[in-house]
Amino acid sequence: MHSEFLMGNEAIALGAIAAGVNLACGYPGTPSTEVLETVAKRRGDNVYVEWSVNEKTAMEMAAGAAYAGARALVTMKQMGLNVASDPFMCLSYIGVKGGLVVLVADDPGPISSQTEQDSRTFAAFSKAPVFDPSDPQEAYDMIQAAFDFSEQYQTPVLLRPTTRVSHGYASIRVKDPEEYRVHTPEGFVRDSSHWVIFPRLSYQNHLKLEKRNAELSRADSPWNLLLPGSGRKGVAASGISFTYVMEARPEGLPVFKAGMPFPFPEKQAAEFLSGLDEVLCVEELDPFIERQLIWVCGKYGLKTKILGKLTGHIPAAGENTRDGVADAIAAFLGTPRTAPAPAETPPLPVRPPVLCAGCPHRASFYAVKQAMKGQKTVFCGDIGCYTLGNAQPLDMVDTCLCMGAGLGIAQAIRHLEKDRQCFAFVGDSTFFASAIPGVVNAVYNQAEFTLIVLDNSTTAMTGHQPHPGTGKTAMGQAVDAISIESVLRGIGVQAVETVDPLDHTLAVETVKRVSALPGVKAVIFKSPCVVLAKPQGRAKVDGEKCVGCKKCIRELGCPALSFAEGKAAIDAAQCVGCSLCAQICPVSAISGGEAHA
Amino acid sequence: MRKNIVLCGVGGQGTVLASRLISAAAMKKGIPVMSAETIGMAQRGGSVFSHLRLGEGIFSPMIARGEADLILAFEPGEAVRMLPYLREGGQVVVSSRPVMPVTATLSGAVYRAEDMLDHLRKHVKNLLIVDADRAMAQVGSPKVLNLILLGAALKADALGLTEEDLKNAILEKIPEKFHALNLKALAYAKENM
Repeated sequence: MHSEFLMGNEAIALGAIAAGVNLACGYPGTPSTEVLETVAKRRGDNVYVEWSVNEKTAMEMAAGAAYAGARALVTMKQMGLNVASDPFMCLSYIGVKGGLVVLVADDPGPISSQTEQDSRTFAAFSKAPVFDPSDPQEAYDMIQAAFDFSEQYQTPVLLRPTTRVSHGYASIRVKDPEEYRVHTPEGFVRDSSHWVIFPRLSYQNHLKLEKRNAELSRADSPWNLLLPGSGRKGVAASGISFTYVMEARPEGLPVFKAGMPFPFPEKQAAEFLSGLDEVLCVEELDPFIERQLIWVCGKYGLKTKILGKLTGHIPAAGENTRDGVADAIAAFLGTPRTAPAPAETPPLPVRPPVLCAGCPHRASFYAVKQAMKGQKTVFCGDIGCYTLGNAQPLDMVDTCLCMGAGLGIAQAIRHLEKDRQCFAFVGDSTFFASAIPGVVNAVYNQAEFTLIVLDNSTTAMTGHQPHPGTGKTAMGQAVDAISIESVLRGIGVQAVETVDPLDHTLAVETVKRVSALPGVKAVIFKSPCVVLAKPQGRAKVDGEKCVGCKKCIRELGCPALSFAEGKAAIDAAQCVGCSLCAQICPVSAISGGEAHA
Repeated sequence: MRKNIVLCGVGGQGTVLASRLISAAAMKKGIPVMSAETIGMAQRGGSVFSHLRLGEGIFSPMIARGEADLILAFEPGEAVRMLPYLREGGQVVVSSRPVMPVTATLSGAVYRAEDMLDHLRKHVKNLLIVDADRAMAQVGSPKVLNLILLGAALKADALGLTEEDLKNAILEKIPEKFHALNLKALAYAKENM
């Protein structure tokens, strides 16, 4: 053993490696991404790692590996489990041979997600056991136990950290490589009575699952913790909220931690509840423990009052905080905290996230905006950095639902409103992950819309993972990139044009021309992400020429542009010289940067 | 030793590296470290923070209100935003250089660093303001604000670490070609403030 300062996600990855994982795959998504990146970086030679095209494919890869007796890890964020839910739900019925851990990172807040869904509830829905770590060390230990558990019960299991566990850092104790377990898969053994899901088999396996889960519910899991105390009040918690409880815990307060919340440990919970009048449940997302405790009270005839989200004692939505939990516990115990009143604060700058200075997405959105000026339009957006195209002054995202949804939405609106120009914007990684069926649907069903592919040659928002269009794999191998243009042509999209969005005049002209064609058509805006490409250009303002019209500022919303002493100013620390502002300046007062036209 | 440190700024300013260097230096001395920081969408120009906790017996990486021994702020407005975390008598080290929010630039709203610094002067007893423009000009790079601020925190004796500790962390964590520049930035406060 030795100590390392690790992010929770890195700890989970090292735990999987120590447990002898043979195959790891996933799709990027905050806050889960660093798990697979770390497995790729620190794996031994015989561990296969891939960024799969989406979570559904990743789940199926992991299933295949586990069928063959391998230890498999599949990683995703909570939204990703929705995409992978089809294979996952079925897999729970079919089971596995090698250990299969589904790492799903939840995002209370939400900080970088569309929903505040709770994967513990998904676990209960799917009937698969779930582990819920409360800190990086526990996550490291838990994933190793989760592989053993998965093999012992021949079921896929979930490991569900939340953002503060996944992205929290701690100095933790990890195994040396000599201590790693070596897992040698037996190989796939043909047995269609086991691996082919038919209604009859589902029925039989359903009976077995319910019986197993009922037994597990009555067993003592070492991951659930009962801290005894005195008094008639106690607190139940899980995940990061457990650490907030421990920071605020007065001496002697009984605490129950549900580290394995499904199958819910009813016996351990009943033991905790007996003798307590009131229990406060401190958790994020769903009132999961709270509902289970109410159920335990009913089943065991206990009179304990269960408080939490359902009773308004804990916020129904959003992240818990140290202070919020300390306040809730103090109110629960009738010992209010005396915090000093915070000083009055001057108005603080509002800082919503923005597209980076020089981001090619800004140029793409601006080109479409200029090309469609005065027309009745709808701009259907998608998930990625380019969701930020919704901000003023671009204001170019009218809808955003989930990955790939913009294509269907744009098609449908056009079926209902023949006089509207409908656009769907999709990033390159999202194109491969979930947009292709939408294009097939459009071509087959004779839709009328323009697809805009924002191709910056990476999966930018999650930290620049490769995808099928980049020509690189997760293990660093150079491969043939799949051409988005060829895919679109292969499906039957007649007009497909690729253009550099930073060549503003050509970009506008291309959008005008292509969008006027009938049927399904596509413009691919191709220009690399500036965070990766790091262009070294710098634009500058000629103070003599600048008339202070603010057009550059008003139209582009670039964070490098500001207005000082009646003139536009460019922050040299941020500017990368994309030259978009120079191209639209009416008096040619901006120069420098790279020539794109 | 037990220290709670809040680092704050605007996405892209380099708060994460500063947090990493403090952690590495503390780990080397056998001090347990926990930290939490903003990762994700807010890194694109939003308000970002790192909470850093050094010492034994800590459960949570997050810091509560009134618990921070030090706020190391890369931007005046962000220092004010995080001020409720400062404990009575805690230290604030802040860069004087504002980062203009796009929203303010667009709306023409006034955002003045001086208003923020005045607020800090009024409410913080132990305040060290770093003239960042001057410091960066003298060090010769706009990219090392983080090391300049760490140097200032050392000068204020607010880290519980020595210059030697941080130097070793720089040598260990930063590519060699940047060593000279970063060490120069770290030494700036000692020599000029």
